[in-house]
Amino acid sequence: MPDRKTYKIAHVRKWCKDCGICVAVCPRKVFEIDRNDRQAIVNPQDCIGCQMCVEHCPDFALNVTEDKSDA
Amino acid sequence: MPRIALMQGNEAVAEGALAAGVRFYAGYPITPSSEVAEVMARRMPQVQGVFIQMEDEIASIMAIVGASLAGKKVLTATSGPGFSLMQEGLGYACMIEAPIVILDSMRYGPSTGMPTKVSQMDLMQSRWGTHGDHWLIVYSPSSVQESYDLTIRAVNMAEKYRTPVVILSDETISHLREPITIADVSPTVDRRLPAERAGYLPYKTDATLVPAIANVGTGFRTSFTGLVHSDTGFQTANGHVAEALITRLRDKLLSKLDDIIELEADRVEDADITFISFGITARGVAEAVDVLRTRGKKAGSLRLVTLFPFSDDRIRKAAGNAPTIVVPELNSGQLVLLIKRVFGDSRRIVPLNKVNGDLISPADILNFVAEEKL
Amino acid sequence: MKMSNLRSERLPNIWCPGCGNGIVLRSLLESVEQLGLDTDKIVVVSGIGCSSRAPAYTNFDNVHTLHGRAIPVATGIKLANPDLTVIVLTGDGDSSAIGGNHLIHAARRDVDITVIVFNNFNYGMTGGQASPLTPVASVTTTTPGGNTDRPFDLVNLTAGAGATYVARTGIYFTKHMLDHLKKAIAHRGFSLVDVIAQCPTYFGRFNRKGDAGQMIVSQKDWLVLKSVADKKSPQELAGKIVIGEFVNIPPPGPAVVPEGQV
Repeated sequence: MPDRKTYKIAHVRKWCKDCGICVAVCPRKVFEIDRNDRQAIVNPQDCIGCQMCVEHCPDFALNVTEDKSDA
Repeated sequence: MPRIALMQGNEAVAEGALAAGVRFYAGYPITPSSEVAEVMARRMPQVQGVFIQMEDEIASIMAIVGASLAGKKVLTATSGPGFSLMQEGLGYACMIEAPIVILDSMRYGPSTGMPTKVSQMDLMQSRWGTHGDHWLIVYSPSSVQESYDLTIRAVNMAEKYRTPVVILSDETISHLREPITIADVSPTVDRRLPAERAGYLPYKTDATLVPAIANVGTGFRTSFTGLVHSDTGFQTANGHVAEALITRLRDKLLSKLDDIIELEADRVEDADITFISFGITARGVAEAVDVLRTRGKKAGSLRLVTLFPFSDDRIRKAAGNAPTIVVPELNSGQLVLLIKRVFGDSRRIVPLNKVNGDLISPADILNFVAEEKL
Repeated sequence: MKMSNLRSERLPNIWCPGCGNGIVLRSLLESVEQLGLDTDKIVVVSGIGCSSRAPAYTNFDNVHTLHGRAIPVATGIKLANPDLTVIVLTGDGDSSAIGGNHLIHAARRDVDITVIVFNNFNYGMTGGQASPLTPVASVTTTTPGGNTDRPFDLVNLTAGAGATYVARTGIYFTKHMLDHLKKAIAHRGFSLVDVIAQCPTYFGRFNRKGDAGQMIVSQKDWLVLKSVADKKSPQELAGKIVIGEFVNIPPPGPAVVPEGQV
């Protein structure tokens, strides 16, 4: 078990326009644009909670919160 | 006790506005309306109101729209060239239903024309100057007293019906000095405010067709846009909503004509010749009618105090049965187009136009009647 | 961010994928929240253009006016009710071309409003035409051979006109943006923030700036902090835009404008 914090990434699909800004600003490659040109959360476990994706999302489609559930 | 005061037309508009509760004035200097701004600059601080000289007429009308949305009764004053610049703001005020009052003191045009010469050349502009279908109220004073009284009425109508109101005056009335009677208290009308914040919809209407207006900053989270909007106040491209909006903007005024329209008929009942006129021209007509009557000619006059909305029916009924109708005006023929529409071929409609920058005098009218063998 | 200040029922917003406007909007909502302003007393006023649709997503009173005319409407609102916080959301064309005269006069009067310019270097809503802030040589639909007109520098323009708070920021630098929006809104007097945003659909595509992600990250390369720029030569700053606070003059007394007069 890693002892660092983990984060929950909430993605509001209906507001997202798959622009790829979250992919570009994330320092940990948590997101990608998939083969269907759709935004996808591929490495949520790598999220460090920096909020870069949240603050740069033009569509209010991302929310990142600390995961306090016992995993 | 009512008091008598000697006043200039422009001053009467300013004082009338103050009596009606106007507490915000924005304007830009232009002949022949500048005295309104000068009076307001002096008077507004005395009544805890705001006077601001803006950078142009576009800014002036937009500033009064803003102040109106914040709950103030507002006025601006201008003349033809400035009125042209105000047209986009006038259309905006029609669309968002902002209560505003504009004085257009007509001078000779087009363009810069003759700044110090009188005309009635902005008649059609006052009705159709801005683009798109729209409705508004236009009043025409013929005296300094009426400049005062109609300004009060204009402010009240703007608030009552959430509409722009134009006072279409002219260079001569603006600069004329006459004694007027000023009442101690003038009847004032305040806009209807919404009661409930919960579920408030900015353009939800009842039978009055005039939605209650939430002033900005009062917690209603309201919305205004010049785009076609639903009752939420937000934009829509729904054609049915658009049609309903435009229809309501028309009907909210056209269903209140008893309240809005004032026509002044004088001896039209038995007249063989009736003059239909407005503003300063109606004063020459009044004297000409007196003279014609002393000469045994059955003359009458119909003066349009309310120019718009223009009710064909009401004018037809008010004008009597004279077979000849003369339409004197200080332009090349604007009102006469409407009068021809009203009467069709049922009467002889004769235009009397003057476009040299001078007034139509009683003598001009008498000579015209003689020369035309009317 | 407090979602209650966002009119989330109106989302998704109308802007193109990767448009910078939503990022500025978010920062505005954050600013208001962090300043602890009474949201009943905030009025957001806009003109015409992509940026001017932003107020409709705020849960404040909003007034969407005519092209270029947000500032005189905001002036009327503020003078009519000085208790209100009046914020103008505008674009580069709306504020500096058709509304340019109103902009400089509001700055001159030091009327207590905040103007936030969503600067994406072109007219987005009408299809990517040149604006007065389009850089020289940039391609737009009305400068197909590259823009030959020099752009305004909004910072110097409004500072010269008498604005008492002027800053520039960029949407990549979200903390910088938030800090300066907060200072501008809190400032008593005329304040302006030139926010470098982005239009990947037109300006970015025509000028080969890459996709939305590449465009926003590239701000690290061509936006330079004022503190850094102050130590550099003009040659070193060629092609760069300086961000930071340029004017911050506190109000002289209890009230800038005497009651009832301007």
